[in-house]
Amino acid sequence: MVICSGKSVLEGVAIGKIYLFKKQEYQLVKTQVADTECEIARFTEAKEKAIEQLDALYQKALVEAGEEQAMIFDVHKMMLDDGDYLDGICNMIRDEKVNAEYAVTMTGESFSAVFASMDDEYMKARSVDVLDISRRVVNNLAGIVEGGIASDVPVILLADDLSPSETVQLDKSKILAFVTKNGSANSHTAILARSMNIPALVKTDVALLEDYNGCQAVVDGMEGQLIINPDEATTQRMIRKKMDFEKERTQLLSLIGKDNVTRDGRRINVYANIGNTQDVEKVLESDAGGIGLFRSEFIYLGRETYPTEEEQFQIYKEVLSGMKGKKVIIRTLDIGADKQVDYFELPREENPAMGYRAIRICLDRVQVFKTQLRAIYRASAFGTAAIMFPMIISVSEIVRIKEIVEEVKAELTAEGVSFNRVELGIMIETPAAVMISEELAREVEFFSIGTNDLTQYTLAIDRQNQSLDSIYDPHHPAVLRMIRMTVENGHKGGAWVGICGELAADKSLTKTFLDMGLDELSVSPTYVLGLRKTIREI
Amino acid sequence: MKQFTYTIKDELGIHARPAGLLVKKAAEFTSTVSVDNGVKKGDAKKIMSLMMMGVKQGQDVTFTIEGEDEDAAAAALEAFMQENL
Repeated sequence: MVICSGKSVLEGVAIGKIYLFKKQEYQLVKTQVADTECEIARFTEAKEKAIEQLDALYQKALVEAGEEQAMIFDVHKMMLDDGDYLDGICNMIRDEKVNAEYAVTMTGESFSAVFASMDDEYMKARSVDVLDISRRVVNNLAGIVEGGIASDVPVILLADDLSPSETVQLDKSKILAFVTKNGSANSHTAILARSMNIPALVKTDVALLEDYNGCQAVVDGMEGQLIINPDEATTQRMIRKKMDFEKERTQLLSLIGKDNVTRDGRRINVYANIGNTQDVEKVLESDAGGIGLFRSEFIYLGRETYPTEEEQFQIYKEVLSGMKGKKVIIRTLDIGADKQVDYFELPREENPAMGYRAIRICLDRVQVFKTQLRAIYRASAFGTAAIMFPMIISVSEIVRIKEIVEEVKAELTAEGVSFNRVELGIMIETPAAVMISEELAREVEFFSIGTNDLTQYTLAIDRQNQSLDSIYDPHHPAVLRMIRMTVENGHKGGAWVGICGELAADKSLTKTFLDMGLDELSVSPTYVLGLRKTIREI
Repeated sequence: MKQFTYTIKDELGIHARPAGLLVKKAAEFTSTVSVDNGVKKGDAKKIMSLMMMGVKQGQDVTFTIEGEDEDAAAAALEAFMQENL
């Protein structure tokens, strides 16, 4: 049994035999030609044939994968007719008196190298396209016909990487899963796997051994593993995992578009938590009603200087417009001494969880706070934005926040920048906020309970201290009573109340939360449909 | 000679698909169409040259159109950019 790890593109389990996909490589030979014009005519004929093939691939992809995916072959056609590319090949044949195969390969490689050296991931990936069109022409010149899968039964396709034309030419009914040694989450293989809804691993740590051809194997898209020659126990376990996954997926997918409503007619909003812009797609797929927690920290982490207003604006705008009008609750900066952000120059602290962090920094460094608020308000014109403030302990903090918000709005208005109304809310994560929640509710429109911090502060247990894990209990009656109190007081004061901590996804508490009267639960996108299922069964 | 400058709105910049459409549009005219984003220059009639410029969102791209049908070409290309990028 050999276990190889890769990056999973899609969840799922596939069990079957490996088919080692090898490109039918043309062995490049360089020869001298006497009649260069005749060689150019040979090249032109092969190129025209390639364009006809690409037309056919375009049609095939159009039917199988849709226009967006098919467009790549239209682009390939244009690349093949590109003036610089054609000149490069023809000049090489003329000047160096070489065969067309050699000129096409060399020119393709040099164009590909330019794309590969670009500082843009998307353009880097296009280097494969140039190699793909060049290989197509060379194969036509050499009379090589690109093959499909020589197997009667569906297989796990194992390859170094697959070019767009290879992926389209493959007979889809014969593929259980893709495993590539290279490739990326943006590669055509990954895109195709998603559209076919089959598991796929890219960047897999696997040797492409001829011995593996025909071997029994399992692709576990949940763990990101390829298991070659699994033992009997593993096979049995994987068969069960596959059945459970498929049953669960069918059930969950049938819930898309359905309400989050209990059998006795109680409703609750199920939103999703995100930590970067790429998560938006997952949120849309999960059919969440909105984003209940957009952690803005990633904008600040892993860099040398404060992010500018414009940088932040672009990020918020991308998320807001991506969510197409659904609510997006952005949590303002929640950073403290426990997160490494050198340019903030935060002093070392004995107890960062209770230290200089989150709103405390924002109200002290007002300019940093204002930059973020301006960016959010500017982006609010592109969707439905809401803002929530972390680590609140007193009413006076909210009064001060609202003054700053008003200043920001006045500045934008004076500058003629348009923005939409933005709902303002706070995180409830300190026992202090819970105790004064009725007063706080009169100042804001909503509460979002951060159960992780609320548990830590209520039980006086440091979340980072692993030796305390056994007594860190978010089900502790004290925590649950804190939540109940927050909901009751929130509603009394006119604020709606949600939970965005890990506890929101805890299905053993879903009924309790509904009974308490919570208005919203915000969970990781992967839990949205599962939570909907639980709610509908109550 | 006609010139206009356009700021790219598309989040992916001039990626493969719009580059292909732009080349097709430019090819409808006899005028030469050169493109400059302040970093590199390119030819709007050649898809590789256009893509290799790596034009990103937010960049200002200046189009220079020269030839007999430059007026019509400039108008058509500017409209194309506004609609697609």
